[in-house]
Amino acid sequence: MGRFQRLAEHDRPTISLEIDGMTVTALAGDTLQVAILTNAASVRTSEFDDGQRAGFCLMAACQDCWVWTVSGERLRSCSTEAMDGMRIITRGSAWHIEQS
Amino acid sequence: MAHRTILIVGAGPAGTRAAARLVAAGMRPVVVDEAAGNGGQIYRRQPAGFRRTPADLYGFEAAKAQAVHGAFAALEERIDYRPQTLVWHLWENEAHLLTGERTERLAYDALILATGATDRIMPVPGWTMPGVYSLGGAQIALKAQACAIGSNVVFMGSGPLLTLVAYQYAKAGAKVVAVLDTAPVSAGIRALPGLAARPALLAKGLYYTAALWRMGVKMWRGVTPVAIEGDESVEAVRFSDARGVAHRVVCDAVGIGHGLRSETQLADLARCDFAFDAIARQWLPVTDQDGRASVRGVYLAGDGARILGADAAEIAGQLAACAALRDMGVAVTEGELADLRQALAPMRRFRAGLETAFPWPARLAAALPDEAMVCRCECITAGELRAVARQKGAPEVNRAKAFSRLGMGRCQGRMCGPAGAEVLADALGVPVAEVGRLRGQGPVKPLPMTAQSAP
Repeated sequence: MGRFQRLAEHDRPTISLEIDGMTVTALAGDTLQVAILTNAASVRTSEFDDGQRAGFCLMAACQDCWVWTVSGERLRSCSTEAMDGMRIITRGSAWHIEQS
Repeated sequence: MAHRTILIVGAGPAGTRAAARLVAAGMRPVVVDEAAGNGGQIYRRQPAGFRRTPADLYGFEAAKAQAVHGAFAALEERIDYRPQTLVWHLWENEAHLLTGERTERLAYDALILATGATDRIMPVPGWTMPGVYSLGGAQIALKAQACAIGSNVVFMGSGPLLTLVAYQYAKAGAKVVAVLDTAPVSAGIRALPGLAARPALLAKGLYYTAALWRMGVKMWRGVTPVAIEGDESVEAVRFSDARGVAHRVVCDAVGIGHGLRSETQLADLARCDFAFDAIARQWLPVTDQDGRASVRGVYLAGDGARILGADAAEIAGQLAACAALRDMGVAVTEGELADLRQALAPMRRFRAGLETAFPWPARLAAALPDEAMVCRCECITAGELRAVARQKGAPEVNRAKAFSRLGMGRCQGRMCGPAGAEVLADALGVPVAEVGRLRGQGPVKPLPMTAQSAP
């Protein structure tokens, strides 16, 4: 199910966070993008064509890895550290809710 | 001397060395950097709690990475360091900063831009699908997070990063299915005189290729990418080899890129003059040999000024600092300047060699099918861009942007800019220099709606 494959640094404390209502496990020090993509195949849906996206540049340039917190804060997942207890929505932005 | 504020944007090799030189002259520069840790992308730090050694992370460059990190650590008490801070606009000698959700204005007397680079991307049908990453992004996944972008990875494009990232993946235990280089073997041979300007670097490049052969990784030269296939996720790459034979390689991830492009938006917002650089095929800020821009008090260093790599960035950072010091009336010896300039010279020759060895395949932009996406932010296709050229008469990239929105999305043309210019130039039948450059606009990256100015 996960897209990214961990090759090293397995020996870190685990954290747990909620992504689209599902509780998932990640490792302390993961970016939010890594926490999502070691558990899922994509991070968002394009607003312009319904295509799935999973980020692209990993260096905060392309802006194609945005997700939201349950309180509506937008996060760029490649440059945000995953924290224990985070509650993330990947397909629940105001824009998407309006369209659905 | 009256207090002067010197702002350095970027804490990679160029920004670090610029800051060190200013501190050596008794200054206390402000260093603003978007990342949480210094080092830039090339010497990017892994998070606290990771245990790989510098040799694991940086390979042959471990000593240089440690030197740059050490130099920065030695400065931290003597500079005003603002990590995780974005310069989102420049206006009348003020930088607009964003830290978290707090915005702030900072007036500066001198500005050293060491803003680095991003991958130069040539789109291929299917490149927006999950599983496709830039080569630099694939490298960051490994370097900063100890992850591979997939289980069976293809690397496709050209440039020094192509074989380097493939080698790093294979060495770290990832399955590298194939390395597909668009540059033909003949280009490498033609480039040898230029590449010989830096024999050690040339040797490293050959070493990575040889190591990949030893590890049994399949490598092709002179390929033409056709498409990345899959249904909501990468399943295969199609390409034709140098003889025109079609191939399909099954994989679940692809790293793509053709060298790097300078990140120049801030130089533009500082109103620097730009000129078309025939080697980079990019419009770049005009500077003198020490990094002085056309605007008084603005200096450029590192890959953000011109793609010359990390070693050159360290030298250029010092040169830009020397230039700024001189312009403020602080003595800098001719000998120091001469040594730095001389050290940069072979790096410029090497760069020309690299561009010969790994040319930007402009022809691929011209050959993109109409339905291929050029802008990943807003899903604008090559056909839409051609239509605004042919039907609406957009004569250059900014008109094309207004008509098509290409370059107007959240990445502000970072991903689509170089290829978009080539598609437009081809549709108009003019050299790419004539379609101009996307003008930088503030904010250079999206701001949160909740951003508030500091009290």
